[in-house]
Amino acid sequence: MDRPKSISRRRILAAGTAGIVGAALPIAGQSPDQAARPKVPADPTKVQGPLATDVGSRSPFERPKRVSLGDRRTSSLTPLQDLDGIITPADLHFERHHGGIPAIDPKQYSLLIHGMVERPLVFTLDDLRRFPGKSIIRSMECSGNGGRVYRREGNLAELTPQQIDGLTSTSEWTGVPLAALLREAGASPKATWFLAEGSDAAVMTRSIPIAKAWEDALIAYGQNGEPLRPEQGYPVRLFLPGVEGNASVKWLRRIELADQPFMTREETSKYTDPLPDGTARIFSLDMDAKSLITEPSFPDKLTGPGWWEIRGIAWSGRGRITRVDISADNGKTWTPAKLDDPVLPKCHTRFRLPWEWKGGEAVIMSRATDETGYVQPTFDVLLAARGPSTAYHFNHIRAWKIMADGAVKFAGAGA
Amino acid sequence: MKTHVQTALLAIVLSPMVLFAQKPLGIGRAATTDEIKKIDIDVRPDGAGLPEGTGTPSEGAKVYAAKCQSCHGANGQGGSADRLVDRESGKNWDFATNAKLVKTVGNYWPYATTLYDYTNRAMPFAQPGTLTPDETYSLVAYILALNKIVPEDAVMNRATLPKVVMPSRDRFVMDNRKGGKIVK
Repeated sequence: MDRPKSISRRRILAAGTAGIVGAALPIAGQSPDQAARPKVPADPTKVQGPLATDVGSRSPFERPKRVSLGDRRTSSLTPLQDLDGIITPADLHFERHHGGIPAIDPKQYSLLIHGMVERPLVFTLDDLRRFPGKSIIRSMECSGNGGRVYRREGNLAELTPQQIDGLTSTSEWTGVPLAALLREAGASPKATWFLAEGSDAAVMTRSIPIAKAWEDALIAYGQNGEPLRPEQGYPVRLFLPGVEGNASVKWLRRIELADQPFMTREETSKYTDPLPDGTARIFSLDMDAKSLITEPSFPDKLTGPGWWEIRGIAWSGRGRITRVDISADNGKTWTPAKLDDPVLPKCHTRFRLPWEWKGGEAVIMSRATDETGYVQPTFDVLLAARGPSTAYHFNHIRAWKIMADGAVKFAGAGA
Repeated sequence: MKTHVQTALLAIVLSPMVLFAQKPLGIGRAATTDEIKKIDIDVRPDGAGLPEGTGTPSEGAKVYAAKCQSCHGANGQGGSADRLVDRESGKNWDFATNAKLVKTVGNYWPYATTLYDYTNRAMPFAQPGTLTPDETYSLVAYILALNKIVPEDAVMNRATLPKVVMPSRDRFVMDNRKGGKIVK
């Protein structure tokens, strides 16, 4: 497929924000955007470039940023529209914290495992790194992701993928399986839950069914090849693949095994899901399958009819994505998208589909299916199951509207 | 072929790596009782973890005015931080369909022990983890009394607090989503 000269949003954004590097004074006849662009040689083949550096940095033309919603900055969102592939650069991984980001000296760090174990143990960071380790590429999504569009708050038309669903990111996580630590401590077969506790100012706690520890829980110290970022739990966090992000307790200081859940504040009063039948779902840990088109999206403007590639990410907390279908006619007909390798369980999967825009209005949407046979629901189906003011897990189908002039607007659940 | 498989299996069984994985590796050190006690601050619904100490709503009102009211408002009615008191609205438990409802200790929290655990570990926001057990029991008694869950003269301690039955305790159901065709 021959693709027209590309969606221009990134270039527009870069032009608007990149002024700090090599900024030139405005020159008569130049637009401010042109004047603010970093200066580069007219012909890079005619001058020697700068030499090696200790730590690299992005091109001054690329300025991706997390954004925070609200003024307390207890979270920040990944710029999904600026990313290709599936890996989120560590400095752009979304954040959510409940008591700020603690500063921890890795030499002072220790992890206690106790409760229903034969041998309560304390591990230093060096101890944890001595265990047989493991690296896994997996996503993490906040259970509140997408709440604003589910609740239809404010003007949704001019939301970017970041503002809609930026509380999801993917990393390669490295660490020691929690199962290895449980064996080391001699976990009682009668233990059915474990408590994970952080050393932030919230002393964040969640209870997790112990089956998750035996299955795939990781005590992670590495992210994308380097130590965890401070905002991701440096030096050590719990990582629970496929599970709502808050349960992957950061700055992990303690694991306690028990025969019942601890019923902490977060897992009772906060991360529970009221349902229309007058109950609330508790320990709703798994993230349902979901997908989002990241290009084209607001504020892109297609420069003209012709071939474009519809791109996005799909993921499921229950396993692999098996297919993603794309509709360009507001959900009437669907076409399977191509899934890029690798298609990993509990991980963002990149999908693509060439699409010929014939001009005029069009509504595009994506629909993910996972290996359990679960199909990403329409908004109406999810609304009927959960009610309009339920609190978490918002995975309904999302739509974008291409306007006649090529402008792209968010169209909620469809137009 | 079978012979190869059997040979391979035998090799795996005898491999030092497998023996290695089945026994403790001897990494880490034994935790002392004292160091466990120092950070084992959690409190469970059955009362396990609650310390010695006691508190009443009237004592709690004083602590609240000094340390909590600036964020949570007078009488737990909310401010920059969560509203804590309101048992009446939401008693029909239409949280999923009524966007105006505010979840509070009185109308939503399933366990009274959680109030002790969280207040002790994370409050007051600007000085987390500084309350004494008596202060914490008193604050818990005060918030529960304002929500009309315990009487004005209630005494909260490690024996009485786990016995408090919260109005919403039986509203919570374990996650029943399992993937597959049905959207729940």
